Amino acid sequence: MEHLGILEGRQKQILEKRSGMTQADIACDTSSLSGSVSQRACVFCGSRVVLYPVADAIHLVHGPIGCAAYTWDIRGAVSSGPELHRLSFSTDLQEMDVIYGGEKKLYTSLIELIEQYKPKAAFIYSTCIVGLIGDDIEAVCRKVARETGIPVLPVHSEGFKGTKKDGYKAACHALMQLIGTGSTEDISKYSINILGEFNLAGEAWIIRQYYEKMGIEVVSTLTGDGRIDAVRRAHGASLNVVQCSGSMTWLAKEMEEKYGIPFIRVSYFGIEDMSKSLYDVALKFPERPDIMEAAKQIVSEEVKTLYPSLQKFKKALTGKKAAIYVGGAFKTFSLIKALRSIGMSVVLAGSQTGNKDDYARLREMCDEGTVIVDDSNPVELSKFILEKGADLLIGGVKERPIAFKLGIGFCDHNHERKIPLAGFVGMYNFALEVYQSVMSPVWQFAPRKGGLQ
Amino acid sequence: MSHEHAKTATQNACKLCNPLGACLAFRGIENCVPFLHGSQGCATYIRRYLISHYKEPIDIASSNFHEESAVFGGSHNLKVGLKNVSNQYKPEVIGIATTCLSETIGDDVPMILREYKKEFKNGLPMPILIHASTPSYQGSHIDGFHAAVHATVKALAVKGSRQRLINLFPNMVSPADMRYLKEIFRDFGVAFMMMPDYSQTMDGGPWGEYHRIPPGGTPASAVAGSGSATASIEFGSTLASEKSAADYLDVLFGVPAYHLPLPIGIKGNDRFFSLLETLTGEKRAEKYEDERRRLVDAYADGHKYVFDKKVIIYGEEDLVIGMVAFLQEIGIAPLLCASGGKSGLLKKRIEELVPDVDELGIKVREGVDFVDIEEEAKILQPDFLIGNSKGYTMSRKNKIPLIRLGFPIHDRFGGQRMHHLGYRGTQELFDRIVNTVIEQRQNASSIGYTYM
Repeated sequence: MEHLGILEGRQKQILEKRSGMTQADIACDTSSLSGSVSQRACVFCGSRVVLYPVADAIHLVHGPIGCAAYTWDIRGAVSSGPELHRLSFSTDLQEMDVIYGGEKKLYTSLIELIEQYKPKAAFIYSTCIVGLIGDDIEAVCRKVARETGIPVLPVHSEGFKGTKKDGYKAACHALMQLIGTGSTEDISKYSINILGEFNLAGEAWIIRQYYEKMGIEVVSTLTGDGRIDAVRRAHGASLNVVQCSGSMTWLAKEMEEKYGIPFIRVSYFGIEDMSKSLYDVALKFPERPDIMEAAKQIVSEEVKTLYPSLQKFKKALTGKKAAIYVGGAFKTFSLIKALRSIGMSVVLAGSQTGNKDDYARLREMCDEGTVIVDDSNPVELSKFILEKGADLLIGGVKERPIAFKLGIGFCDHNHERKIPLAGFVGMYNFALEVYQSVMSPVWQFAPRKGGLQ
Repeated sequence: MSHEHAKTATQNACKLCNPLGACLAFRGIENCVPFLHGSQGCATYIRRYLISHYKEPIDIASSNFHEESAVFGGSHNLKVGLKNVSNQYKPEVIGIATTCLSETIGDDVPMILREYKKEFKNGLPMPILIHASTPSYQGSHIDGFHAAVHATVKALAVKGSRQRLINLFPNMVSPADMRYLKEIFRDFGVAFMMMPDYSQTMDGGPWGEYHRIPPGGTPASAVAGSGSATASIEFGSTLASEKSAADYLDVLFGVPAYHLPLPIGIKGNDRFFSLLETLTGEKRAEKYEDERRRLVDAYADGHKYVFDKKVIIYGEEDLVIGMVAFLQEIGIAPLLCASGGKSGLLKKRIEELVPDVDELGIKVREGVDFVDIEEEAKILQPDFLIGNSKGYTMSRKNKIPLIRLGFPIHDRFGGQRMHHLGYRGTQELFDRIVNTVIEQRQNASSIGYTYM
């Protein structure tokens, strides 16, 4: 096999777990190396992901056409009502706009779009070029908000001004402008906001149902199946429950500081973490033992049907090896546990945006010999997949062809998925998808398995 | 057309940005890594977008601008990036395309590349560095595609003694189309240089080991020889002469350029095959006569299904032009020919192929988006839409069937293996159109006819 090298300057972002050795921390939280084919995106991407599911707002991308074109209806975030989020709006800046400024075009576009679509709010994303030509989008937004009477929120997401994480923060900042502007009357004391849940394939509905069954009021989901009016009253909740910690922890911290709302981190993937996310919420309301009772009841009922149905998959998958490369590190923790519950071990675990604590915890959780990577690229991923003999890769659309080229199974655990993987039912779907991909007879023809080339 | 609403913003674009086309074209050069000089997001989004259609890994490197690069220039990032790509991918060629960001700050890329070559002369073989200027605030993806093709020829072609060799610039067509074009040239027994050629890199087999760069593509050495060819054939008729690779070779090296619309339909292919016969002095192989005969026969068998059907066709201007010529042959005058591109030539070129375009009521619109097309569709009430997957939103909303072709196709399987060109491609398209009509009729009938 051709020797695949690790780029100089990348070595510190990769480590292989060895027991009995003190190992230096993995390097992370850095910007991508020039010339590497990072699987990361940019600041704009981070903002767009977080705000995308807000379905009754228009999302106008201020810049040349690409940024809007590539994000048109790409995500699996579904809405129970309006679907403005599935449209793509761009100021489509041209050379003359770059020279003379795009403020006027932005203003006219906004006025027209608001008139046409009657949204509850508008998010204006600035792209790289806006950061250079110096359009005062704050001023335009203020003016349009005044004239139309709806919130018009600038999102400072110039692609080059940081990493995807900075984009998350810019999106959270825009949400903070809305939170606190709605009435909190009639909100129960036993209430939460679900943060960092984007309702991919209806996942937020599944989670919401569990909490409601426990007797908890869900004030707002940020941002899955999102509505501006619900965001406005989010400050009325008693607790923030944060999933996808990478994107929403900043918002949770801001809300804690400003409104005194505590937050907990949860994950809805896998039996263990899903159950824990119900118990952890119940623990926050100790004066209501019935909430904990209800949580236990839900878990017991769900597991009773789920567990037997998983055994067929476990039998087939025991001993198979998985590689995980996803956006946030928090998800990898749940995935490792979920994979173990169906008999699979993890030989590679990595993320685009994990931090030091994430990686320390990851190392603790992983088996010996597991490779841990931060901000990896296709060459590295392929190298480790082949070296470690993985049977499955879990990632997003950009990782999918790597798996299939190398002749191994794949599970899409990113924003484009069309099958809910969260909740108890999601664990079943996950196991089924992994089983169907890993056990497919098509791999017998893969060169890796000695199939003819 | 007067809009229901005033319209400044582009809504549901019928185009992509300039650098995407350049990355795809560079992917059709052997041992080449496409490299975007800009933010990380551009490379990632474009990779994701191309994967949704081609289902192949596509590594696009990026210079990963950050704030300092935007303020002080991207020179340092570009050089470090080139060095890293050279080390990790060992490419023979790096195809560098700019973005709105590097173009707006005014990076002098050719100068940076000259400096880089001087600074990094360290004994290792220096990859060939090709630079295409592709600011996203100009034109669309098809302009980036042609810019990369033009830049490659400009960088590599040299003068030489005349060879019996034909250059082919196929335009942004499918990997299947490219394979078919190569087959045609081989059957004519003539040496050829087709560029780009992503027939293998964007539609290849499984790998036993990871390839930094997938096998396939036009070798740089072959492009170098394009200056000594007998002729160049360039598909497409909306490309300005100064952006045409064929015209470049004509002006600089006296290689005669022949421009043809994309050969879709019988007449278009008769023109293409006659040209090949003239240029090579060979008769076309019998199998192409057979393909043509079968197509004429199929036209006869299927004509009643399709005659006078009302359609809207959209996509890149050259694809629309090629399709209009074909549709005209089977009795379909499109109600609307639409493109997000803006060459200013769309109507003129359609008129050249279909002279009575106005009498037939064919409407032609450049620079439109899908909200424009949808508004037209509501009034025109077509029987079906023809174009890429981006039309699905309006197809579903307005209950108008969509026949998918071109790029991107991300809600059906096998877009990369779809033929459009030649008698063979026309046959496939014709079969699909007829089948769409039959399916519609069958579904609409309460009787459940089994013979249609």
